Amino acid sequence: MSIWEYANPVKFMRVSGAVLPWLVATAVICTTGGVAWGFLTPEDYRQGSTVKIVFLHVPAAMMAINIWVMMLVASLIWLIRRHHVSALAAKAAAPVGAVMTLIALATGAIWGQPMWGTWWEWDPRLTSFLILLLFYIGYIALWSSIEDADSAADLTGVLCLVGSVFALLSRYAVMFWNQGLHQGASLSVAEGERMSAVYRYPLYLSMLGFLLLFLALVLIRTRTEIRRRRLAALQAREMRG
Amino acid sequence: MLALLKRDLTLATRAGGGFGLAVAFFLILCALVPFGVGPDSEALRPIAPGILWVGALLSSLLSLDRIFALDHEDGSLDLLATAPIPLEGVVAVKAFAHWITTGLPLVVAAPVFGLLLHLPGEAVFWLILSLLIGTPALSMLGAFGAGVTVGLRRGGLLLSLLVLPLYIPTLIFGTEVTRRGAEAADPFTPMLFLGGITAGVLALVPFAAAAALRVNLR
Amino acid sequence: MIELGKYAGTVLAAYGVSILLLIGIVWQTLAANARARRELEKHEKHG
Repeated sequence: MSIWEYANPVKFMRVSGAVLPWLVATAVICTTGGVAWGFLTPEDYRQGSTVKIVFLHVPAAMMAINIWVMMLVASLIWLIRRHHVSALAAKAAAPVGAVMTLIALATGAIWGQPMWGTWWEWDPRLTSFLILLLFYIGYIALWSSIEDADSAADLTGVLCLVGSVFALLSRYAVMFWNQGLHQGASLSVAEGERMSAVYRYPLYLSMLGFLLLFLALVLIRTRTEIRRRRLAALQAREMRG
Repeated sequence: MLALLKRDLTLATRAGGGFGLAVAFFLILCALVPFGVGPDSEALRPIAPGILWVGALLSSLLSLDRIFALDHEDGSLDLLATAPIPLEGVVAVKAFAHWITTGLPLVVAAPVFGLLLHLPGEAVFWLILSLLIGTPALSMLGAFGAGVTVGLRRGGLLLSLLVLPLYIPTLIFGTEVTRRGAEAADPFTPMLFLGGITAGVLALVPFAAAAALRVNLR
Repeated sequence: MIELGKYAGTVLAAYGVSILLLIGIVWQTLAANARARRELEKHEKHG
């Protein structure tokens, strides 16, 4: 059996329907658990209690990028193999990705206000997230403004490809300005730069929670899209005869 | 292909073609900024390269939807799609025509409008050069956006939303060249990046734009 | 109640905004799904 069997909408509906209750349950447990655990962590000696924001900021930022990559892969699968579920999954993921980007930007701004003394700084990382948000908005707007479903899937797929290249280009273009205020990777492997275990484990749990939450949301949203598509097909058939 | 270029240029320069509108819009933009910022030349000088580049960006945006929309309405786009020249070539020619009618006038006008904004004299050369290198990429990316939105009724606003984020790298390096030129710093590194982006865009984006057009003509 | 020190407002605001946004997207997802399912079921029953 090949993985492409799940590209069949009927099969997708059956399997996703069976998986969803478990996925939703673990996603809720991990997200609330991770965020709550993060909220209860002790204060950091430098950042005070603002260190707690990291358990929202880092998972959201991670998902914001990964969701775009997932949309890119799904668009490619649609453009090359013409599997409808794939196109619908890309459409379903975009609003979730936009919300994740917003959370990352908002928590970052709120954290930056006391720590850096400013809500916003044109730092490479911050700027590239703002650009990412613009690409999400454009992508969603294009989906919602084309009526024919297959054309919409094609055009948004092409936009996603071109957008990915330019999002990456912009990312490196803004690095040209300066090195920025933003600290390096939070989960550095190098010993010594690493966060202490008190913060690391709740962060892992929170990241897992955000990932599962995204998967659950995408499955539900894809199912919504499939149902809408089916309804439209049924109505079109009745109109004809 | 030459015939197509000639036809597009004639259409654009004819009455009602909107030729020169972009430059007029550019002038208004450059005149509005001092009203907003204040007439202080010390305040205007450092932001002049950025204003001129953003102005060029927005002005070239104005006429983008005309690249394909008129041909789509009267059906000549379908004819072009079935013509012996590949659709990628049609896209490239149309983007080139757009550049000649919009980008080139902007390049010529920019140093004049730079006077209004107290652009330092040393920067003028770099401004012209960076615009000359950067604006073809703007036209080509605009052709891509126009190709994506050609069939839509309210495509104009969406077109800006899709195209402007794609302009960011060109804008960053373009202003950087001009700014460094004004400060007598090394403008060659951003210049190379700017040229690289334009070359890459000119080589690859026609395929994406032609793919989008094919979907819309289906 | 856990002690948040002088950054209490900052931390609470960050959590508040994030949780609101998350609840928003979850609610929108569930509402749209319920509506699509209801309409489809209604259609399949009558049609």
